[in-house]
Amino acid sequence: MKPTDLVGATPGPPFTITFDGRRLDALPGQSIAAVLWAAGILSWRITRGGGRPRGAFCGIGQCHDCLATVNGRPNRRACLVTARPGDTVTTQEGNGHAGFDE
Amino acid sequence: MPDSTSDAHRTAGASEGHELPPDAREPYDLAVIGAGPAGLAGAVTAAEHGLSVALLDSARQPGGQFYRHPAPATRAARPEALHHDWPAFADLRDRLKAGGVTCLFDHHVWTVAREAEDDWTIHALTEPPGDQQHSVRVRARAILLATGSYERQLPFPGWTLPGVVGAGGAQAMLKSGLVLPGRRVVVAGSGPLLLAVAGSLVTAGAEVPALVEASSYFRYTRHPRALAAQPRKLTEGAHHAEALLRHRVRPRTRHAVTEAHGTDRVEAVTVSRLDHEWHPIPGTERRIDCDALAVGHGLIPQIDLATALGCATRRTADGTHALALSPLQETSLRGLWSAGETSGVGGAQQAMAEGELAALAAASRLTGRRPAPLPHLRSLRRSRDRMNAFADAMAVTHAPGPGWTRWLTDETDVCRCEEVPAGRVREAVTEYGARDARSAKLLTRAGMGWCQGRVCGWAVSCLASSPDTAPTHAGAQTSAPDRRPLATPVPLGVLADLTSPDRQPASPPPASDLPPHPPTEGQPS
Repeated sequence: MKPTDLVGATPGPPFTITFDGRRLDALPGQSIAAVLWAAGILSWRITRGGGRPRGAFCGIGQCHDCLATVNGRPNRRACLVTARPGDTVTTQEGNGHAGFDE
Repeated sequence: MPDSTSDAHRTAGASEGHELPPDAREPYDLAVIGAGPAGLAGAVTAAEHGLSVALLDSARQPGGQFYRHPAPATRAARPEALHHDWPAFADLRDRLKAGGVTCLFDHHVWTVAREAEDDWTIHALTEPPGDQQHSVRVRARAILLATGSYERQLPFPGWTLPGVVGAGGAQAMLKSGLVLPGRRVVVAGSGPLLLAVAGSLVTAGAEVPALVEASSYFRYTRHPRALAAQPRKLTEGAHHAEALLRHRVRPRTRHAVTEAHGTDRVEAVTVSRLDHEWHPIPGTERRIDCDALAVGHGLIPQIDLATALGCATRRTADGTHALALSPLQETSLRGLWSAGETSGVGGAQQAMAEGELAALAAASRLTGRRPAPLPHLRSLRRSRDRMNAFADAMAVTHAPGPGWTRWLTDETDVCRCEEVPAGRVREAVTEYGARDARSAKLLTRAGMGWCQGRVCGWAVSCLASSPDTAPTHAGAQTSAPDRRPLATPVPLGVLADLTSPDRQPASPPPASDLPPHPPTEGQPS
């Protein structure tokens, strides 16, 4: 049983967002983190100290581990941001401003 | 008038279709922060007793974490399939729709200011669709704080690997996003939430190869009176147990996940048996393959808005800090009430009773009339007290034992944000004399990152609370709770605008120009 079947979800047709150039199907109403999980993607941030991969952890906007760059804007909490058609999500490196202050 | 009020109301109208009552004007009689079970019960009760009410929540719809559910766009016909006691929420939601409450969703409250005896200002960040992030102010004569709780984490080697997620996090992502972190998900930690999480995961199609509980549920039997007085809790437990039984998931008590393995994502975990103090017993390790781990050790009251105001706190039976409240749910600050997990973690039923009680008390104060018949008030208080007793029994049962710190190696990151390993915190204690989380933070940056110490705070307290870095008791966290002026990251531009006479500049600086915090300069704390 898939979760969408369990709750009897009948969302509108899926739309597409991209993650690091890869096209992903998204369902209306899903957060960006949920779209990534649904595609089997668990990490979309590289820590600024150890360069380690991170993704969603607390799922409710508290831990800030799921920060991603969305449509060019860094430090968005992917678990809180609702996916919209055409969104461009990219892996966030460090604090998201590495190009400016390094 | 280009002020916050009109912006805020437009947001409310756009979310969930709640209409602003035409006569509503600031200051509101009561502002409720948090639209979970406690806040919803409080808001609708207050409105039904004639108060003007503003209800703020960071989410885009009501429910909080317990009744978190898919967005309307998913058109879920059976959201109740992932919930226990959905009718209670449906009732509150219907009463909310009946009107009288101004709903301010997608409002992240970052501070509350007390201007005078009965004059409060709430500052919140919001970002309406197509608009830029900006701060709004909501004024009220009284406040009901119902901000709930967040999950307690005890670090262990490998816990920062992708695929290791909070147990509550897995539950939240499933309830709202209808997704799973993997196909084979180990559930581990301590506390009754794990049963609910494992039950949801298997019901939604995941395999749960192990449900690992560090305590022993047999300890509940030491509190027979508290247990017997809570038939609804037993029903809830049975509801989860039935799902687990059907999928042949048997809780393994007195065990813990002491390591997660993998390079770029979790591939397996090591489960160890624990002694009564939660020390792992050598030679009992067993490896379980999985592609995700959902882990958590109970819940921590989210009280930062209140501690920033100086509210009195109390220690709970499992070592966290909760707000100290009067029998009618008022904090040590007159006019600031609180309900739900902020006063101790006790579940949705208790939260709803407390929310109603707090709203009745606030209505009585503000209107000068007794809002409800005395027998009803007495019955509410009795019911709340019984649930409190049960919550205490639960907290004692699942309180982390001191041995959990043996799971850590010196290389294990304790603070996920600032990547501070346990060895550095131990060094701050043994070499530099840190004795509490705050000193350890200043010496190591543990707790100084984006999450403001919510994830690592409890663990750092444990490590710092004893000179030999081996705390003698779960309740060893003796220091006062953190006082932080900002409850959520705020763009610097928003803070700068606070001094401006124009409360809402026509074009606020784009938040994207600023990280949530200046990462290299620390943050106010």
